[in-house]
Amino acid sequence: MFAYANPKRFMDLSGPFVPWLATAAAILLVVGLYLAFTAPPDYQQGDTVRIMFIHVPAAWTAMMAYALMAFSAAIGLINRHPLADAAAKTAAPLGALFTALALVTGSLWGKPMWGAWWVWDARLTSFLLLLFLYLGYIALWNAIEDETRAARATAILAIVGAVNLPIIEFSVEWWSTLHQGESILRKGGPLIAPVFLWPLAAMALGYTLLFFTLWIVRIRTEILNRRLRALQMGAA
Amino acid sequence: MTEFLAQGGYAAFVWPAYGVSVAGLVVAAVIVWRSYAKAKAHLAALETRRP
Amino acid sequence: MIALLSRDMRLAFRAGGGAMLALAFFASVAALVPLGIGPDLRLLARIAGGVLWIAAVLAGLLSLDRLFQADYEDGSLDLIALSPLPLEAVSFAKIVAHWLTTGLPLTLLSPVLALMYGVPVRGFLPLIASLLIGTPAVSAIGAVGASLTLSIRRGGLILPLIVLPLLAPAVIFGAGAVIGALDNLPNGALPLLAAFSFAALLLSPFAVAAAVRLNLGS
Repeated sequence: MFAYANPKRFMDLSGPFVPWLATAAAILLVVGLYLAFTAPPDYQQGDTVRIMFIHVPAAWTAMMAYALMAFSAAIGLINRHPLADAAAKTAAPLGALFTALALVTGSLWGKPMWGAWWVWDARLTSFLLLLFLYLGYIALWNAIEDETRAARATAILAIVGAVNLPIIEFSVEWWSTLHQGESILRKGGPLIAPVFLWPLAAMALGYTLLFFTLWIVRIRTEILNRRLRALQMGAA
Repeated sequence: MTEFLAQGGYAAFVWPAYGVSVAGLVVAAVIVWRSYAKAKAHLAALETRRP
Repeated sequence: MIALLSRDMRLAFRAGGGAMLALAFFASVAALVPLGIGPDLRLLARIAGGVLWIAAVLAGLLSLDRLFQADYEDGSLDLIALSPLPLEAVSFAKIVAHWLTTGLPLTLLSPVLALMYGVPVRGFLPLIASLLIGTPAVSAIGAVGASLTLSIRRGGLILPLIVLPLLAPAVIFGAGAVIGALDNLPNGALPLLAAFSFAALLLSPFAVAAAVRLNLGS
């Protein structure tokens, strides 16, 4: 893995890769959208079940992004690796976006199902906290002027967040059952009917590939910007 | 077609959900791509200026 | 380490030190909430656990910047870092000092506030116990945030933004302990809170020390 760690090597390898990734993501999303709208309405949830096909993939991608971010940050911290730092830094806004999409679509799914625009259920509340974790991480990057110091500080924060995240989710789940009793409101319902599985899988994979496409392009941009800064400082 | 648009009466929820998602992802992709293009152009300009 | 602890505490109790300030802030928030919600004692008794816990967290956050800021600015932090005592031990001492001057006084004041909120008798002990057990976690996790934001001038709101989501479990279990007592439904909140505090106290000094080191530029 460290063979790709050289920024120049990363640029050379990722360059031709991106168009394929983007195309694959686009195809999967188009197919997914088609499947999403040709699936029959759910007997319980009616046509709102279609929101699941964009809510769940957004949620999964948001969680995956945080794991990737924390992992990259840890590598950057332990191995003093600028490329890993760049990977962590660039993943965060994308992760925050997917978290926000999960929250908005979750809210729009919740209103017809549960009657309220926002419900303090375990999943939405956890995601709200996840969004704040992302925002705090991004804010810390922006607040510290020295790039290397910022990378290390945010790495510590990301690791602390990653350790705490399962605890937060557990406590929110605990809190949710405390206040709603054992009848945990489940959005999925009879979820794994095959006719719903295909659109969900296509959209989930499409979202994932889209994330990776955007992430790699952002890392490339970050590398270019670093070169730019170095050149400008050298010229000054 | 009207049936498709009506989404079983849930149109007010389904379409905004898809709308926000598509808009969010498209805007993100555009921003990401433009940042990249801008950095690339900037760098190329600086590198050609140097003899 | 004891010397460091007592030094920090003496500094905290001096004028401008912030120990009394945190206590006053805690009481102010608790006094303000009924003004916003209304004097219905049945409602206030129900929300008391949550309100007092949130006030405790905010009061703890308020006094966190004095944990490192003053020492950082006048250079004493560099000297402390050079001492033979491991930075992790120093961090632990600072966390304990912060708790002794913020969390503990606040816990001692809480029965008075619980009385004002009309909390039934059966809620008192769980409230005090939850604050006693849980506020160390506030100090510990808050210290991580304080050490990370050490070098940021006008750091202001970034500290709470970083720390609050991480403290969600403490608030959840802390307030949950009170609700469980009020509803006569034991829910295991206190042991969970204790585990959380224990883990926070055990692990935070490492994160704090790492953050202090990187901010001191070593």
